[in-house]
Amino acid sequence: MSSINILNDKCVGCGQCLSLCPFGAISMEERPGHPKKFGLAKIDLDKCVYCGTCVSACKFNAINLQKDAPAQGSDKDKYRGIWVYAEQRHGEISSVVFELLNEGKKLASELSVPLSAVLIGSNIKSKAKDLIDRGVDKVYIFDNPILAEFQDDPYTDVLTRLIQKEKPEIVLMGATNIGRSFASRVAARIGTGLTADCTALAIDAQTRNLHQTRPAFGGNIMATILTPQHRPQMATVRHKVFKQAKIIEGHKGEIIEVETDYSTLLNRTKFVQFIKDTSAKINVSDADIIVSGGRGVGGAEGFKLLKELADLLGGAVGASRAAVDSDWIPYSHQIGQTGTTVDPKVYIACGISGQIQHLIGMNSADTIIAINRDASCPMMQIATYALEGDIFEIIPNIIKEIKSKK
Amino acid sequence: MNIIACIKQVPNTTDVKIDSQTGRLKREGVESIINPFDEYAIEEAVRLKEKNPGSKVTVITMGPPQAESALREAISRGADEGVLVCDRPFGGADTLATAYALSSAIKHLGNFDIIFCGKQATDGDTAQVGPGLAEMLGITHIAYVKKIENIDGKTIRVERLMEDGYDVIECGFPILMTVVKEINVPRIPSLKGKMNAKKAVIKTLTAADVNADLKRVGLDGSPTQVMKIFTPPQRTGGEKFSGEPQDIALSIVGKFKELGIV
Repeated sequence: MSSINILNDKCVGCGQCLSLCPFGAISMEERPGHPKKFGLAKIDLDKCVYCGTCVSACKFNAINLQKDAPAQGSDKDKYRGIWVYAEQRHGEISSVVFELLNEGKKLASELSVPLSAVLIGSNIKSKAKDLIDRGVDKVYIFDNPILAEFQDDPYTDVLTRLIQKEKPEIVLMGATNIGRSFASRVAARIGTGLTADCTALAIDAQTRNLHQTRPAFGGNIMATILTPQHRPQMATVRHKVFKQAKIIEGHKGEIIEVETDYSTLLNRTKFVQFIKDTSAKINVSDADIIVSGGRGVGGAEGFKLLKELADLLGGAVGASRAAVDSDWIPYSHQIGQTGTTVDPKVYIACGISGQIQHLIGMNSADTIIAINRDASCPMMQIATYALEGDIFEIIPNIIKEIKSKK
Repeated sequence: MNIIACIKQVPNTTDVKIDSQTGRLKREGVESIINPFDEYAIEEAVRLKEKNPGSKVTVITMGPPQAESALREAISRGADEGVLVCDRPFGGADTLATAYALSSAIKHLGNFDIIFCGKQATDGDTAQVGPGLAEMLGITHIAYVKKIENIDGKTIRVERLMEDGYDVIECGFPILMTVVKEINVPRIPSLKGKMNAKKAVIKTLTAADVNADLKRVGLDGSPTQVMKIFTPPQRTGGEKFSGEPQDIALSIVGKFKELGIV
């Protein structure tokens, strides 16, 4: 078992480690027989995750961390190549896939391995070309009516079998509703590591380890995660963080229809139907521009004004929890901790004060525009452009101004 | 019906502040709460129990001894029993090792029909433990459930929230579901519930109790390792506009043009 302890003779009670520990696992105790100010650090092992942040910060080498090498999970050297799961919804490849291909291509060239994509669905063979055009060297296809819509059981069966046969070293998926559910199941079956919702990826060319960086605690801290001993290294990647792969003229790739006995697939769920959300043309996860409203919008009527602006800008309408809980707009529009996390180019916050639970769902937007009567509220403090005033006076003027320019 | 709700105790995000000197999270005095998504899991489990007399709701959490308070709170909201999976070897677990430890505990407890989990926890934000747990129990799962449309002795029909709408899915038992906020409005603990919570005997399970393979739990059973933790640069405010609405609108539409959105 791994262990961590404070070396009492080296610790001077400076408290540096205490302020750095992201998990609040270190406290300062009184040192028996010494004046109060000469304290001693103590580690709460129930909270410690052995991340080593304190060890590298301690100037007195007073923290001893013994990390056992994790059990060898797989024969690492047999695993080569980068894979992207080419998620499709209703027969169309999701846009996050093209972002993954861009990152996947970079990783593949750093490791001098091919970039492959896995396409699972029904009547989707024609989509393989879109992937090859964007730099994919090999497309694996599972095409069968059972796979028409995403269901965890049959999808997990086909992908895990292929991973176990072909042994890629990295598998990337979009951190979408499908990807988060599917990747978790595949990683658990294979018994490998999975890192959720990554916003940065890098390769250590020597160890071939993927450095997976992701936000935690609602984006208050960032963590870089490794899967040092297990293969493949799996990660889901946040939508809209990376640029889409460009079309490479004349790029050639191989299409492999994987031979599968589809009758052997596990399928314990039955897909009945899909009901489209007709309240919005663009959903908040996909939108580059979001016009979002909070308590200050005052009611469902007020959201019509926001929708008018959103439509004009080609964006989606978002909302704070307060607006959703008041039934002014459906839950699918809620941004924030108990709603959706978004990463748009422009986020226009109308009458949203900016509670932390809301901010963590949108504070990675490139540009934040806040409109609020209260110039001192948190949203106005962090906004790129803070517009002080009544949304019902400012927004109609913005709409008028845009229309006059068209 | 035997219903299980899996929950996690997390720091209350509302309390989390950044130390402007060190740029680190300030944890002192941060209250521990039930993960907000798990409140919907508990509520849905209790509602199902109330509709099916003779059912039982067991709430399970893995965590340090102080996580017992989260179980008692769940009982005050209508759950029947609390089980704390707690042992030193479980510490430092990633999502795979957590799913394994919970699956060992649930197998130890015996038969169940439905497991509810919150969509994700607000500290780690991974959404991986629910589906991973289902896989290790050898049962199917449906993630992002926003409504149970129908349930009878043999099948359950649910709505799965997707980015562009929702899918209607049918399934038999046993099943694990992860739930989103839309599924219900959690109740406030009743007086009777609070008394039950006070009296309740919380069962603690150790790694030995649940016959867990020590190579698969805790830090040593975790394929992922935290290499480094850092604080992202904090957002600071930018340009302020005030005055006549027409002037503000004119200025911001100018910015829209710079941003290339009109």
